[in-house]
Amino acid sequence: MKARVFITLKNGVLDPQGKAIHHALEGLGFSGVNDVRAGKLIELDLAEGTSDTEIEDMCRKLLANTVIENFRIERMETA
Amino acid sequence: MKTAVIVFPGSNCDRDLAVALELITGSKPEMVWHRETELPDGIDFVGVPGGFSYGDYLRSGAMAARSPVMRAVKDAAGRGVPVIGICNGFQVLTEAGMLPGALMRNARLSFVCRPVPLRVENSQSLFTAGYDAGEAISLPVAHHDGNYQADAETLDRLEGEGRVAFRYLDKVNGSARDIAGVLNDSGNVLGLMPHPERVVEAAHGGTDGRRLFEGLLETVA
Repeated sequence: MKARVFITLKNGVLDPQGKAIHHALEGLGFSGVNDVRAGKLIELDLAEGTSDTEIEDMCRKLLANTVIENFRIERMETA
Repeated sequence: MKTAVIVFPGSNCDRDLAVALELITGSKPEMVWHRETELPDGIDFVGVPGGFSYGDYLRSGAMAARSPVMRAVKDAAGRGVPVIGICNGFQVLTEAGMLPGALMRNARLSFVCRPVPLRVENSQSLFTAGYDAGEAISLPVAHHDGNYQADAETLDRLEGEGRVAFRYLDKVNGSARDIAGVLNDSGNVLGLMPHPERVVEAAHGGTDGRRLFEGLLETVA
């Protein structure tokens, strides 16, 4: 079973990388971009039966720094 | 004073710190590899050095903060042993939850490598006893992720409790309230982005870092 963890900066935390990407997009002539926030995607290949609580624990203990980041877990259908 | 320097794969200021500590304390520090689960007996001071531990994977300091030796460092800090985290070491201590806040990518995204003017905000701590409060000093920085951030409540608490040890006197990396170094609530853990160990001899171009270690030696010994 697989799960995806999306890690994003909390609202209000300045995102210098997002800002630079935004600036570069404008430089390329894309004028309709209001804001850019950059984050991370981590794919986990997990043993069957891994609980949500366990994945959340992984996020809190390592995958995200909850001082500045939020995380969202998405379970993927097994092919 | 018996000192230890923690060494992670990717540390690159461990030897600079060791040389500075030997110069000031008169004895060679114990170099402790990240896989160790205990610190040598009778350690009076632990240094977590700068560098790029674990290649800065995931987040700067994130992997190192979860390595076996950091449990021992945390225990030692809990017993009151002074611990300093310099540059990557500061990132490791925040990631380990030993200091509040987080260090993010520099506001202008560029690696900053130059001497910076700083103000000593608190001269009462173990680490700053060798300075005068309000004194301006110069220490070199060399980092990409030195942008200190914490929520407003935490920042207010740090300021109110005198836990901002050093503050930048110019815009270096976008840090909230220009914070360059913070203390834990017991005052025995300091994290700072500038490198005091790189300015301990006149030949280094400055000696402002020397007093940090001398002050510590005096208060601890």
